[in-house]
This record gives sequence, C-alpha cells and structure tokens, in this order.
Amino acid sequence: MPEVTLPVVLAAILALSLNAYVLFGGADFGGGVWDLLATGPRRARQREVISHAIGPIWEANHVWLILAIVLTFTCFPPVFARLGTVLHIPLTLMLVGIVLRGSAFTFRSYDDERDSVQRRWGRVFAGASLVTPVLLGVCIGAVAAGRVGPLRRGATFVQSFVDPWLTPFSLAVGLMTLALFAHLAAVFLTLETDEPALVEDFRARALWSGLAVFASAFGALLIAPEQAPLVGVGLLASTWSLPFHLATGVAALAALAALWGRRYHLARVAVGAQVSLIIWGWAIAQYPFLVPPDFTIDGVAAPAVTLRLVLITLGLGIVVLVPSLLYMFRVFKAGPSHSARRLPKGGLEL
Amino acid sequence: MSDLLAARSQMAVSLGFHILFAVVGIGMPVLMVVAEQRYRKTGERLCLDLAKRWAKGTAILFAVGAVSGTVLSFELGLLWPGFMEFAGPVIGMPFSLEGFAFFTEAIFLGIYLYGWDRISARAHLFAGVMVAVSGAASGIFVVIANAWMNAPTGFDVVGGKIADVDPVAGMLNPMAFQQTLHMTLASYAATGFAVAGIHAFLLLFDRQNAFHRRALVIALLVGAPAAVLQPLSGDLSARAVAEYQPAKLAAMEAHFETGTRAPLVLGGWPDMETRETRFALKIPGGLSFLAHHDFNAEVQGLDRTPRADWPHVPIVHTAFQIMVALGTCMALIALWAALLAIRRQDVCSNVWLLRALTVAAPMGFIAIEAGWTVTEVGRQPWIVYGVLRTADAVTPMPGLVVPFLGFTLLYCFLGVIVAWLLYRQIIRSPRPTEWSRTYAPVGVRHA
Ligand code: HDD
Ligand code: HEM
Ligand code: HEM
Repeated sequence: MPEVTLPVVLAAILALSLNAYVLFGGADFGGGVWDLLATGPRRARQREVISHAIGPIWEANHVWLILAIVLTFTCFPPVFARLGTVLHIPLTLMLVGIVLRGSAFTFRSYDDERDSVQRRWGRVFAGASLVTPVLLGVCIGAVAAGRVGPLRRGATFVQSFVDPWLTPFSLAVGLMTLALFAHLAAVFLTLETDEPALVEDFRARALWSGLAVFASAFGALLIAPEQAPLVGVGLLASTWSLPFHLATGVAALAALAALWGRRYHLARVAVGAQVSLIIWGWAIAQYPFLVPPDFTIDGVAAPAVTLRLVLITLGLGIVVLVPSLLYMFRVFKAGPSHSARRLPKGGLEL
Repeated sequence: MSDLLAARSQMAVSLGFHILFAVVGIGMPVLMVVAEQRYRKTGERLCLDLAKRWAKGTAILFAVGAVSGTVLSFELGLLWPGFMEFAGPVIGMPFSLEGFAFFTEAIFLGIYLYGWDRISARAHLFAGVMVAVSGAASGIFVVIANAWMNAPTGFDVVGGKIADVDPVAGMLNPMAFQQTLHMTLASYAATGFAVAGIHAFLLLFDRQNAFHRRALVIALLVGAPAAVLQPLSGDLSARAVAEYQPAKLAAMEAHFETGTRAPLVLGGWPDMETRETRFALKIPGGLSFLAHHDFNAEVQGLDRTPRADWPHVPIVHTAFQIMVALGTCMALIALWAALLAIRRQDVCSNVWLLRALTVAAPMGFIAIEAGWTVTEVGRQPWIVYGVLRTADAVTPMPGLVVPFLGFTLLYCFLGVIVAWLLYRQIIRSPRPTEWSRTYAPVGVRHA
C-alpha cells in the first residue's frame, strides 16, 4: 500500500474531491442527459422531476470541482501547469460546456414564464450536459494513459496539443464517463418522485445506461493494455488493485440487480460505491504517479508548509461547512412545515 | 494579435465579466438582509417583497458569478501555467479559503431562497447575514491574492524557483489591507448606487410608487456611506502604491520626472515618447501632497524605471482619472442625499436628486472596471511585481486568439441574457394586479 506522507494525504484528498464531484456533479450532468432524452407521454413530468432534483443543490455540487482545482494548483503546482498546457483544448471546450450548462439551467429555473424561451434553454442545458462529461472523461483518459508528458522541442502543434488526448482510449473513457453519469442520475431519480409510472421510466433508463456503462468500460479495458500501459498494468496486474476491480464489478452488478428488483435505495448505495471505486481504482493504479509518465506525488508536491496549511484550512473549512450542510439538508427535508402561520400567503409569487 | 496579447485580453475580459457578478454577489445580500430586517421589525409587506425579489436576483447573478469564476480558475492554468507553477504554493491559500467562503455562501443562499416558510424568522435572517458575510469574505480572499501579485512577500527566489515559502506572510502582504478595504467598499457603493439609480429612474415616472420608494431608500442606506468612504480608502491605496509600486503610481499620475513639489496632473493625454502630458490641468505640489501628505515631498517619476519596464501610461492614467472622477461624483451625490435626509426632507421626491441618481447608476461599476485596469495594466510588464514577467508566465500554446474571441462572444451573449432576465424578473415594477391584491395603496394611482 502507499506510504502515508503529507503529499500522499493531499493527493488522496484531491482524489476524494474528484470523487465527490463525479458523484454529485456527475448526477447533475446525467440529469441533463435525461432531460435531453426525455420521451414518451410523461416527457414534461420527467423534466420537472429532473429540474426539481437539481434545483437547490446545483451550486453546492459544483464546488467540488473548484476544490479539486485549487488543491491541484496549491499543492501540486506543476501538475496544474502541465494539464493546463497539454490539455488546453479539451479543457477549454469543457469550460464552455460548464458555462453554458450552469447558466442555462439557472436561467431556465429562475425564469418561471413557461414559453418557447424556456424550451430553448432546456436544450442548451441538455446539450452541454452531453458534451461536458465526454470531455472530462477524455482528459482523465489522457492522464491515465500517461500521455500528458512534457512538451518536446520541435514537436508540431498537433503532436504537442492534440495527440495526447485524441486517442481511442481517451474517447472510450469519455463515453464511459457519459454513460456512468447518466446511469448515476437515473438511479438517483428513481428516488425523486412518488409517481409509479415515472419511477418505472427512470428505472428503465437506469438499466439501459447501466448496460452502456458495462459496454464502454469493457471497451476501454480492452484498449487499455496497449494504449495506457501504466494504468493497464496497474489495473490488471498489481496485487492490490485486483480486489478493487472485483469490488467495482460487484457493486455494478449489485446496482443492476437492485434496480431489477426495484430496491431503489440499495441501488443508490451500490451505484455510489461503483463510481467511487472506479475513481479510487484509477488513483491507486497510478500510484505513485500523479501524472504519468514523470510526475510523482512526492516529486511535484509544494513545500511542506503549504501542504500543512492547506490541511489546516481544510480542517477549519469542514468545521464550518459540515454543520451548514447538515442544516441545509434538514431544512430541505423538513418540507414546508413551518409554513403559512408565519408568512401569510399571497402577495407577489416570487 | 500576439499570443501574449490574446492571453492578456482573454484574462481581462473574463475578469471584467466576473467582477460584475462578484460585486453584486457581495453587495446584494446586504440589501436583501436590510430589507428583510425592516420587514421583521415593521411588518411592512413591501419590504418582504423587496427582500424576495432581491434574493432571486442574487441567485441568478450568483450562478453566473459561479460559472464565470470557474472559468477564471481554469484560465489561471490554461493561460498562465508559468505563473501558477511559480506562485501556487504561496497564494493557493487565499484561493482555498475563497472556495470555502463560496461554499458557505451557496449553502446559505439555498437556505435563504427555499427557506422562507420552512424556518423561523430569526434563522432566516441569520441565513441572509451568512450569505452577506461569506460573499464579502470570498471577495476579500481573492483580492488578497491579487494584492500579493502587487506586493509579493513570503518567499525567496533561488535559481528561478520559489523557496522558503511562507503562505501566511504572503497573505499578510503590504497591499492586502488597502486593496481589500477598497474593493469591499466598492462593492457596496456600486451595488447600492446601481439599485438606487434604477429605482430613482422608475420613480421619475411614477412618483408615488411605494415599492420603488422603499427600494431606493434601502439601496441608499447601503450605497451612500460606502461611496463617501471610498475616496478616503482610495487615498490609503494610493499611498501604498506610492511606496510599493512607484512605477505604477507614476503612470497613474502621468508623472514622468522625479522631483519635489510634484504637480497633480488632471486629465490630459500622456505621450510616452516626449514624456509630456498634453491638455492637462496641473496643480503644483498636489501629487506630493496626495502621495505623502506633504506638499514638498519627492515623488518618484517614470524616469527612474527603465523605459522597457513602463506600463502603458495613457491607459493607466486615463483609467485612474475615470475612477477618481466617478468616485468624486458618487461621494458628492451621497452627501447630498444625506443632507436632505438630515434636514428631514423627502429624498424620493427631489427630482434633481432622482435625476442625479439615475445618471449615477452605472458609475460604481464603471469605476470598478477602471480601477482594475489601473491595478492590472499598471503592474505590467510584471505578473508578480518585480519578480516574474507576464511574458514568462504565458502558456506556450499558440493560436490563443481563438479562445479569446470565443469567450468574448460567449460573455457578450450571457451578458445580454442576464440583463434581459433581470429586467423581466426583478426590475420591472410589480404589475398593478399583483399589487392591489396585497397592499394598501400609498398613492393615488393604485387607489
Ligand atoms: C466603486 C468603485 C470605486 C471608486 C468610487 C473608487 N475606486 Fe479606486 N479602485 C476600485 C474601485 C473604486 C477597484 C476596482 O475596486 C480597485 C481595483 C483594485 C482594488 O483594490 O480596487 C481600485 C483601485 C484603486 C487604486 C490602485 C490600487 C492598486 O493598484 O493596488 C487606487 C490608488 C485607487 N483605487 C484610488 C481611488 C481614489 C483616490 C478614489 C477617489 C475617489 C477611488 N479610488 C474611487
Ligand atoms: C483571478 C481571479 C479570480 C478567480 C480565479 C476567481 C474564482 C472564482 C470562482 C471559482 C468562483 C466560484 C466559486 C465556486 O464555484 O466554487 C468565484 C465566485 C466569486 N468570486 Fe471570484 N474569482 C476571481 C476574482 C474575483 C474578484 C476580484 C472578486 C471580488 C472582489 C471575486 C469575488 C467573487 C465572489 C463574491 C464570488 C461568489 C459568487 C457570486 O457571489 O457571484 N472574484 N470566483
Ligand atoms: C475582478 C477584477 C479584475 C479585473 C477587472 C482585472 C483586470 C485585468 C486586466 C485588465 C488584465 C490585463 C492587464 C494587461 O495585461 O495589461 C488582467 C490581467 C491579469 N489579472 Fe487581473 N483583474 C482583476 C482581478 C484579478 C485578481 C483578483 C487576480 C488574481 C488573483 C488577477 C490576476 C490576473 C492575472 C494573472 C493576469 C494576467 C497577467 C497580467 O496581465 O499581469 N486579476 N486583469
């Protein structure tokens, strides 16, 4: 197992924040996918459930991405510089996706007048939700494949800035990410409504997208040994990554089985475990590299003072955030119980 | 367009866009809390509606602030990998803290928006206060990072690499206090004046509208004190700049030759070749007094800086003049309103004040853009003053014009949409039907 040093702890926190982003933010993106693919007689109702589920929490979920970025540039500055340089193009495109998605969703949900404008925003929201996960996966795939190396002198533009990420393996990981987010969202959505017909809709979607995850993961795995030697070897061969692998498979199957048996709470736990195990499997397969082939965790870490201060900051942050978050969840779960006694209804519906 | 210029322009556009939303994210929660507080105290339904409307506006703008901020954090790596690789260990701290402040703000904004009838009155007001406090904290932390770029401390440079890092010393850099104070006040002044201006404009046509009257008074309550303090805080900033970035000060003031009894140059167009400022009004000893509070003090001019290291003097000077002129206007208008209020006259019926406020609506925001132009362009050619050059920090990626134009278009598009939405949702007066349902009429019109 990895030796526990300060940089390794921070790298683990980095993986954790990525994990949280994929879990929560991923479900939001997946929601966008189902918004786009809403079909059948209950189309409008499906969209409503999706919008309602994402509503209050959206900005909060987004924070995990920012945390990951800030941790990267504070604790592993060369990694941030390298990723920003070599993956400039996919990251920029991903950014456009994030901007469009975030603003489209907000505009749509705060603008109550239901008209054609609304529908147009819906489409922007959904389209961006489709593209962004693929690009995120492409970037992860490029890192995992060990293709994000130093720039070489005399290399052409394409060699430096396109070849590292435009590979079948990266694309396969991109598709897998999309399938995974959609799967995640569908599973979560089964619990967001009481209407049996809608639950069935989301169950069917969850099952299909679950199969898509399997197919794309299998595809990526097939290409991995050749295209991503490091991860390929790590994933398949290393002694402690094998159990991870098995656990991921078990979680995935458990999620599908639970869906099949309509045990949605169980399915939610299983799919959460599956996603987390994938992230950690990737992280551990790469160890001790942060960005293969040359950046190891210890090699690129910032000075110890900085790392220690970041840990302290995170600790303080948690002291403020955890109670706030718990409070927020309590408020939202409590429902409008305090209600009309305090604030008379009527007046401007805002 | 060179890649460096494209990168700088993209950064400028992104920041110039983000700052608008950031400022609203700092100022608006204060307005909203004041309105809610008045409602809780007086039971005036109008104030409740104002608080709700403002909260909704804050939410829309907050989301755009969040996405544009996300773009910025990526851009630090996409455009300035050299800068982040160098500076990350020192100024990562304030950015991490900003992340937490933002998270807290998001959580409590959620509670505020969705909690109107779910939590007690006191808890709800507390949520509003938390939004306001964490909004201000967000801004303060990032500006600390920027202050470090102006007056870098807390590290050594050994062989081109950063060494002996002390992030706490980095955060306590000598520009931090002045800049954060000035920026926080600017946010309140700009938001307060913008809101006051909009309602003043609407009042001009609908003199008795109680909704706009209430909104105007609350907005002035927040904006006017900040506007009065702003020139004083600006003076603190200017003296810190004089000490730590003499070349920037010289460019701001178009001060070419070092000398005692340095004149204050008002207006004009500085010529970097002839080192003259044409069409300017010069006040003898004025600059010496402003920079050092002594008419005879020596003020360092641009002549002490190698010509290659000058910032673009006309831009910096003009931007600075714009900020100061607008700041003076805003402070005077604020004092005028205060005078009327002290004399117990009705601020909302003074047509001339309403007109002045209407004109002043965008002033705060323009001053903010101008102020940042001073800070950022005035720091050139350095990205970290005296330590790292902007040209050495930019990405090797070619073709940066493409993302620059792309993001500019995207931002223009978003800007139009946001303006339209705000109009539809927030600014437009409540329709008479919405009104008469709830309120006892204040004026004839809705009787
Ligand atoms: C409402 C907005 C506003 C108003 C009315 C003013 N300012 Fe300002 N100013 C800003 C908004 C601003 C800003 C945008 O917030 C800046 C940019 C960086 C900073 O810290 O604040 C700034 C920067 C800034 C700087 C440069 C600091 C640096 O480079 O680090 C100076 C010297 C002043 N201001 C001085 C003044 C003076 C003498 C004013 C007198 C009226 C004034 N400002 C009004
Ligand atoms: C390089 C400069 C900047 C970067 C990288 C940056 C980054 C960010 C990010 C990432 C967010 C969203 C937070 C999240 O989603 O977790 C954000 C929001 C915010 N930023 Fe910035 N920012 C910068 C400059 C500024 C400046 C100069 C100010 C203000 C004075 C400011 C004030 C805020 C505020 C108040 C928010 C909260 C969102 C809102 O209320 O609209 N930022 N910023
Ligand atoms: C939100 C308000 C801000 C505005 C409107 C603003 C404006 C600008 C402008 C006009 C430039 C281009 C200057 C030039 O190249 O001549 C620039 C560059 C830059 N700014 Fe700011 N700035 C703001 C805040 C910040 C903050 C808070 C940070 C960092 C913590 C920051 C970091 C940078 C960097 C890294 C560059 C590029 C390098 C350079 O030109 O020095 N800015 N910004």
